[in-house]
Amino acid sequence: MSIVVNGLAVDPPGDPRVSLLDHLRETLHLTGTKKGCNQGACGACTVLVDGERILSCLALAVQYDGRDITTIEGLAEGDALHPLQAAFIEHDGFQCGYCTPGQICSAIGMAAEAKRGVPSHVSADLGGAVTLTRAEVQERMSGNLCRCGAHNGIIDAILETVA
Amino acid sequence: MTPFRYDRAGDVAEAVRMGNAPGAAYLGGGTNLVDLLRETVARPERLVDVSALSGAISETDDGGLLIGAGVRNTALAAHPVVRERYPVLARAILAGASAQIRNMATVGGNLMQRTRCTYFYDTDGSRCNKREPGSGCDARGGFTRIHAVLGASEACVATHPSDMCVALAALDAVVHVERQGATRTVAFGDFHRLPGERPDLDTVLEPGELITAVELPALSVAARSTYRKVRDRASYAFALISVAAALEMEGEQVADIRVAFGGVAHKPWRATQVEGALRGAALTDEAIGAAAALEFADAQLLRDNAFKPALATRTLIAVLNALKTGETA
Repeated sequence: MSIVVNGLAVDPPGDPRVSLLDHLRETLHLTGTKKGCNQGACGACTVLVDGERILSCLALAVQYDGRDITTIEGLAEGDALHPLQAAFIEHDGFQCGYCTPGQICSAIGMAAEAKRGVPSHVSADLGGAVTLTRAEVQERMSGNLCRCGAHNGIIDAILETVA
Repeated sequence: MTPFRYDRAGDVAEAVRMGNAPGAAYLGGGTNLVDLLRETVARPERLVDVSALSGAISETDDGGLLIGAGVRNTALAAHPVVRERYPVLARAILAGASAQIRNMATVGGNLMQRTRCTYFYDTDGSRCNKREPGSGCDARGGFTRIHAVLGASEACVATHPSDMCVALAALDAVVHVERQGATRTVAFGDFHRLPGERPDLDTVLEPGELITAVELPALSVAARSTYRKVRDRASYAFALISVAAALEMEGEQVADIRVAFGGVAHKPWRATQVEGALRGAALTDEAIGAAAALEFADAQLLRDNAFKPALATRTLIAVLNALKTGETA
């Protein structure tokens, strides 16, 4: 078995203690995914597994053997940015940029969840189709913190691109 | 992390065989256990990965729901039957953690998550009877804003952190458990323990036992149910107080009611005294307040958590009024 990262098959680590985050950064040198709190509180390490957003810091890499991982490095097509990457630039969705890879991967996963009809804490109607209002996006993105305070630009970029 | 061996179980039989070994622990989504491993609060010799097992949700013959232990929190909250017949469960799950964590976390793991008491995590600086039995409790006399007011002991004042479990307590859920050569079921109210002299034991599970499913009974009162969580920020924070409630009215009187509180005790707190006092009664703010006063009559308050009985009471009044008028969100 192997882990597929951005379309490339790689070996899982020999030591089961290695997190998916450390495997990406330290072994595969994919340093786009960031280590913030390393305890599941900030969202900087968010990656997509089979299209679903997860926290790579709380994931043992061996658990993801056989799964398909997408990191921030896997989003652009050559020099053509993913539309969400372009929108983050357009809307000043960052200052220092440390939370940005996690924000963007998270937003892509969030859009897929909304499309499937997954409700959120602020959804008035549990049964209906999801409309990504500003309040919905804020709640659904609450797992990604930005200490620079660029949240307004981040939400604008997401609303323009995936809502 | 201390070294451990990792095995992925192919089925439940293999899992419980592996889990029978001394020092073994089961691994679900890892959202709590990986953190506990990193902090060396948990030091298993062997991890048995059960996250790919028991991933189905099916309707039972008597109109209930059988939820596999490996079902992810997101999938459970989004399930059509849960949203329609057990909205309190969907709302409780959606109030917890973040979307990323809900995508990883399993139902079984949610039941097995450990307290978020900061002294429990502070391996370098604090004594904790839950982490090291007999060492003492530095939460008492420390910062106790998130700590228990009901059912605590001299040894431990920790609270259970789950939102989902508060809903399951209100819904009379049943936990299905398996170990090598035996299966059993545990009523949800009996699954988590009060700390007593053994706060290191969170649940009644024996070594090697594995949660395979959580069963919800058919429960007509649950159709009108909801969950409200009060916390220090609007999202992505543990509860100070939470209320899971279901209500069926007959005219102005309460025909049936279920209430459980989160954030008040070492386990999700089924409020049987509130239910007993309100069943058959007219649903007024005064009646709800009096019922809550019965539940919190024996509350033991610490330095920083004396606000909890009053906050729980106000939250309960708001939730039951919302259910009465049909505003369940």
